[in-house]
Amino acid sequence: MLLTCRNTGRAVLMTLEAFLYLGDAFKKKNRHEVLYQLFITGIKSLGVITVVALFTGMILALQTGLELRRFNQEVNIGTAVTVVMTREMGPFMAGLIIAASVGSAIAAQMGTMVVSEEIAALELLSINPVRFLVVPRLWALMVMMPILTVYTNILGIVGGGLVGATQLGVAMTAYFDNAVRYAANKDLYVGLFKSVLFGIIITTVACHQGFSTRGGAVGVGIATRRTVVISFLTILVVGYIITRMFYA
Amino acid sequence: MIRFKDVTRYLGGRPVLDGMNLDVEKGETYVIVGASGTGKSVTLKHMVRLLTPDSGEVWVGDECVSRARGNDLAKIRMRFGYLFQSAALLQWCSVGTNVGLPLMEHTGMSRDEIDTVVREKLALVGLEEAFDKFPAELSGGMQKRVALARAIIMQPEIILYDEPTSGLDPVTSRTIDRLIDDMRRELGVTSVVVTHDLHSALVIGTRIAMIDQGRVIEVAAPEEFVKSTRPEVQRFLEAQYITTRGEWERT
Repeated sequence: MLLTCRNTGRAVLMTLEAFLYLGDAFKKKNRHEVLYQLFITGIKSLGVITVVALFTGMILALQTGLELRRFNQEVNIGTAVTVVMTREMGPFMAGLIIAASVGSAIAAQMGTMVVSEEIAALELLSINPVRFLVVPRLWALMVMMPILTVYTNILGIVGGGLVGATQLGVAMTAYFDNAVRYAANKDLYVGLFKSVLFGIIITTVACHQGFSTRGGAVGVGIATRRTVVISFLTILVVGYIITRMFYA
Repeated sequence: MIRFKDVTRYLGGRPVLDGMNLDVEKGETYVIVGASGTGKSVTLKHMVRLLTPDSGEVWVGDECVSRARGNDLAKIRMRFGYLFQSAALLQWCSVGTNVGLPLMEHTGMSRDEIDTVVREKLALVGLEEAFDKFPAELSGGMQKRVALARAIIMQPEIILYDEPTSGLDPVTSRTIDRLIDDMRRELGVTSVVVTHDLHSALVIGTRIAMIDQGRVIEVAAPEEFVKSTRPEVQRFLEAQYITTRGEWERT
């Protein structure tokens, strides 16, 4: 317990330090690395996110549509899918995918750098590893998570519309009309707020686990696994807390 | 220049450094030898505070490294170059970027100016053609030479070498030895070299120190070191086929 508290404290301090250096990312010498991390986080994750988002919307539409049909209310699946996607499933699914793909990759890279003494080399060159390595990744995840969340929302809603049109007999126009009429801006904003927090959480966990790596290749494996597990759990808990804050 | 005052450091519950005292003088090449696990690399890491002593102090000039923090520590570290045993090059950066990184981070030099200096340093280690290559494309010896170019690019006062010739063929090892020796002769750099290779130690060292059980048990110039009567030193010499019969001399 004490160890967990100490590690959490260290991770939070590391992230606070990274926030102090956020402005450095705009310096000419650092821009390339930030753009590269934006590319890795955003563009390289699009394939998986596309499939997951589409099928999440389709499953949501099918499950809710079949229940609503019993009450002749299947036309309302547009609202159901849109609200659930924007409030919860969009940021949640994007967070899980980015934690599993980008977070684990960050932890593995940082861990390998620790093991091969690259982090120590940076320190001896008087280059702050947090500023040099964490800040570009923090920017990338804080910027890309909301973008990927919006992308997930859109694809999820489109997926729901496809199921509505092909299996539930709800015309596309009726589906989108319903979706737009009842969806609130607040749902979108809360979802985006969550996504930014999830981005910060994933960067914090991944970089801290990577920097804490000990014991060679086995240690890198442990850091990677822990990153995924801790990120998943933290995203779940934080997601619930924010939902309570804004809707309960 | 570098002074250890009764430095003790426990790792894994045992004292790796046990009241160690040593004194490296300005402009010399101080070679630390000893069996594996006797604390040679740990000694080196204390000099730049990659490790902190449990007790005792490490001084560099008139600055106490073991108590330095933040900017003070960064300033002290800027006085050092460090050649890691594993080279520790950033794998995703090209050789040119690796070597030029300290200049990029700590000077206002333009990209072209940095590239010029980097090419000069790479030429010094015989690797000018490797500028655009990545570390994974280089052999172990070439990576060490690139790491040496990076270590000297800020023209440090002190260079620390952790096993600079381990895992290298004899010809490459002697090339590295020559580079280390040139640093002292031509640039007046103070060097501390950790090595198992006594042949190399006898050639480049102005003084050789042997560490055993966390303490320096012998310090002497190479000519005196080979004549040491300490059994630990004699065993170490004999294990590398270096005998004290006749006169030993530098080649």
